[in-house]
Amino acid sequence: MAAANGKWSQRIPEKVPDLWFRALNRNQEKQPEIVRPSVSYWHDMWIQLRKNKLALGGLTFLIVLVLMAILGPIVSSHSVTAQNLVMQNLEPSAGHWFGTDNLGRDVFTRTWYGARISLFVGLVAALVDLLIGVAYGGISGYIGGRTDLVMMRIIEILYGLPYLLVVILLMVVMGPSLLTIIVALTVTGWTGMARIVRGQVLQLKNYEFVTASQSFGSKTWRIVRKDLIPNAMGPIIVQMTLTVPSAIFSEAFLSFLGLGVQAPYASWGVMASDGLTPFLEGLWWQLFFPALFISLTMFAFNILGDGLQDALDPKLRR
Amino acid sequence: MAKFIIKRFTAMILTLWVITTLTFILMHAIPGSPFNNSSGKAISGAALKNMEAHYHMNQPLSIQYLIYLKSVATFNFGPSIKQPAQTVNDLLGRGFPVSFELGMWTLIVAILSGVLLGVLAALKHNGLIDYIAMTIAVFGISIPDFVLATMLIQEFAVNLQWFPAGTWQGVSYMILPIIALATGPMAIIARLIRSSMLEVLTQDYIRTAQAKGLSPVLIVFKHALKNALLPVVTVLGTLAAAILTGTFVIEKIFAIPGMGKYFVDSINSRDYPVIMGTTVFYSAILIVMLFLVDIAYGWLDPRIKMDREAR
Amino acid sequence: MEQEPLLDVKNLHVSFKTHGGEVKAVRGVSFSLEKGETLAIVGESGCGKSATSLAVMGLIPEPPGRITEGVISFKGRDMVKMSPKQKRRIQGVNLSMIFQDPMTALNPTLTIGSQLTEGIVHQKKATKTQARDKAMEMLALVGISNPEERMKQYPHQFSGGMRQRIVIAMALICEPDLIIADEPTTALDVTIQAQILELFNKIQKETDVAIIMITHDLGVVAKVADRIAVMYAGKIVELGAKRDIFYRSGHPYTQALLNSVVRLDLPSDTLRPINGAPPDLFLPPAGCAFSQRCPFAMEVCEHVQPPTTTLDAHHAVDCWLLDKRAVENRQRVENLQNQGESF
Repeated sequence: MAAANGKWSQRIPEKVPDLWFRALNRNQEKQPEIVRPSVSYWHDMWIQLRKNKLALGGLTFLIVLVLMAILGPIVSSHSVTAQNLVMQNLEPSAGHWFGTDNLGRDVFTRTWYGARISLFVGLVAALVDLLIGVAYGGISGYIGGRTDLVMMRIIEILYGLPYLLVVILLMVVMGPSLLTIIVALTVTGWTGMARIVRGQVLQLKNYEFVTASQSFGSKTWRIVRKDLIPNAMGPIIVQMTLTVPSAIFSEAFLSFLGLGVQAPYASWGVMASDGLTPFLEGLWWQLFFPALFISLTMFAFNILGDGLQDALDPKLRR
Repeated sequence: MAKFIIKRFTAMILTLWVITTLTFILMHAIPGSPFNNSSGKAISGAALKNMEAHYHMNQPLSIQYLIYLKSVATFNFGPSIKQPAQTVNDLLGRGFPVSFELGMWTLIVAILSGVLLGVLAALKHNGLIDYIAMTIAVFGISIPDFVLATMLIQEFAVNLQWFPAGTWQGVSYMILPIIALATGPMAIIARLIRSSMLEVLTQDYIRTAQAKGLSPVLIVFKHALKNALLPVVTVLGTLAAAILTGTFVIEKIFAIPGMGKYFVDSINSRDYPVIMGTTVFYSAILIVMLFLVDIAYGWLDPRIKMDREAR
Repeated sequence: MEQEPLLDVKNLHVSFKTHGGEVKAVRGVSFSLEKGETLAIVGESGCGKSATSLAVMGLIPEPPGRITEGVISFKGRDMVKMSPKQKRRIQGVNLSMIFQDPMTALNPTLTIGSQLTEGIVHQKKATKTQARDKAMEMLALVGISNPEERMKQYPHQFSGGMRQRIVIAMALICEPDLIIADEPTTALDVTIQAQILELFNKIQKETDVAIIMITHDLGVVAKVADRIAVMYAGKIVELGAKRDIFYRSGHPYTQALLNSVVRLDLPSDTLRPINGAPPDLFLPPAGCAFSQRCPFAMEVCEHVQPPTTTLDAHHAVDCWLLDKRAVENRQRVENLQNQGESF
């Protein structure tokens, strides 16, 4: 029935020394427990994420990107807005790494400046998502009952609103400015986050540890802050990593409609849509660089989000 | 089921009402009257009065709102300000069939290719096909559609001259716009299908089907795909919205005479009746789509107790 | 000389590749099964009993799993060597499986009728009508009333016990020779459990099907098994008839298992949990896997795999305590037992 295993497999049992047949005096009560080293939630998530090379690459790219957005325009010897008609439409060269545009502005400098605006738009959108969405979803889920019902109906109606049409409408009415873009992007954007947080809270509030906390007489706010929010943090972070790129994308779309950041300032979206016509005339770099960075940023956020999602998935955690 | 449909229908009407009211409020929040900022030409006092009377702008706001609601309900937005010879309905009537054709083909192409790509990737999980499919998908979601459209024109219309670069006169004119518009949604669908397929394939009922000795093809198509499609159905509404707004860009770039082109032009020229009409029209289409998606969902998944509380 | 057994498993090894390394889930399991017999495989979770049953069923997911060694001879043909296509011809027809959780074992988007009949339609090329009649017959057999109506319904319209009945009907529809039931009652309420076990006994009487019942519940074993295999850390440590295992068990693990069962007819202080946890199967121990938790462990147990000792024709135990040289310990065992103390 049992084939012997391991390094003893060749041994014939009869040859076992007789001395080995003494009982081992083992105290059953004091057996060492097999315990996995306990690691905190965030540490565990980091360990999981670190195994995912692709997601780590995305994170690294984003860190470099943020650094370049801060430092790029400062260290560059070219101005963001100064026009130089002698230097129009120059190909990428040692002097202008990404070439120049039709007004003689340095595309390299403008790309990093555009990164500031695009990332700012994305981050603010994610932050508003976080503040409004988490509060709304948290309250709705935690209070439950009739309040939840009404709050969810409101979300359902907002969700039904064609988001980009509302944005366009707002932009047309308020006039294009950075503030309008941000208001427009966040006016209905938080509903997704609210739904996710509500779902999490609904699930969590029935767990024993919350019930336990309630039975100790903890205040509602304390339960929300200490028990619910930290445990819902995973899905919230994943959602935020997806909000940033979609806001950047939406801004690019608005730029194409002429509703983006106004000249002389630039976002990637504005630069890309300004670069469309020159591209067809062979001036490829005016479209290529901003489009490349939009794509790389989208890509980086998406793989980071995927990685975080996997890292947080209890089924994949072992 | 009937109760569910009635409930969704009520929500749909309510949403429509909110969007039309929102449109109204926003339109009236604009400082001054739309005639002031029409390009250049000063309008005389009497003409302005006339115009205002014609657009009911001399009435109190509440009356204007009612008139507006009536125009929405009867779907009559009056003439365009920029091209007074045409009504908004004329523009929509001409543009809609073209946009509808483009949108529907895009939706079909995106769903078919996305599902195919996602299923292949899931079946060959971590294999070469998976990597190829997911690389395509990641590019698909990372490139803005207007950039993709421009690149397609440059390569296939200007350089290779395989397809015409613009307008809408037949099948060969449709290929590039459909590719440009379908790539993003296709990528989203492929990723969704892949992950939900991988999830479904670990389910117990798949093992049950395997234990019956059914062939892998039958298991994938009969047991797995229907379940894996559910998450796709839930995002179909959002995808339809993406395709609809995508048509603005694509129609503009390819000079396709659809609704989107009129919409973009009306934004640029601040032609308010057209903006308003198209917004309401687009919203109506979208909301009806969301409604249909919900119904389809209930039909696909018999577990749905016609109640979305759990979602 | 007996004729060839229905199922003969010899020296089966199954491994799973994971991120942490290779898990040797099954490490040399052998047993055989006659027509119409019920073998219960008992053990803690993670002891390799499910992997064994999946291997017999030909359903080890590859990758990450692999049958690294051994022979699974079903009706004289080695399943390990079969192509997937050959295996599929047997699966569901001669061999069928009942999974643990009836709530997830049925496809939620297909009707019961469609799931019941698909096996017989695709495997035995039955017509729609034949399949439907057979399905209704099976539903009636497992005690579902109004089968015609029920065929059109979806799984969520049934209770857990009803679903398990449907799963059993599904397993029976092609009239298999062997049914493998992986914890078929674990997910059910106690009263439903009893009904389902009754159903197994009834089916066996009526169809003469052989059953492998995988379970951790000795109560289930007592109700249905003819023979019992006790598994620990990927090996069968004791194999014998039901009486042998319950009354003359030779392995300390089996005894510990029996003592860990809550029994209403005994005072509660006789309930003894088994201390510690099973070993890590990433790196199985060189000696007896139970030695770390065994109250009678000897030095030899930690170093050398125990040989199989055959107590009588159908009762075999893998334990060093049965070696002649283990007298000292046997003395201690007997002393303990004489003092009326369980371990």
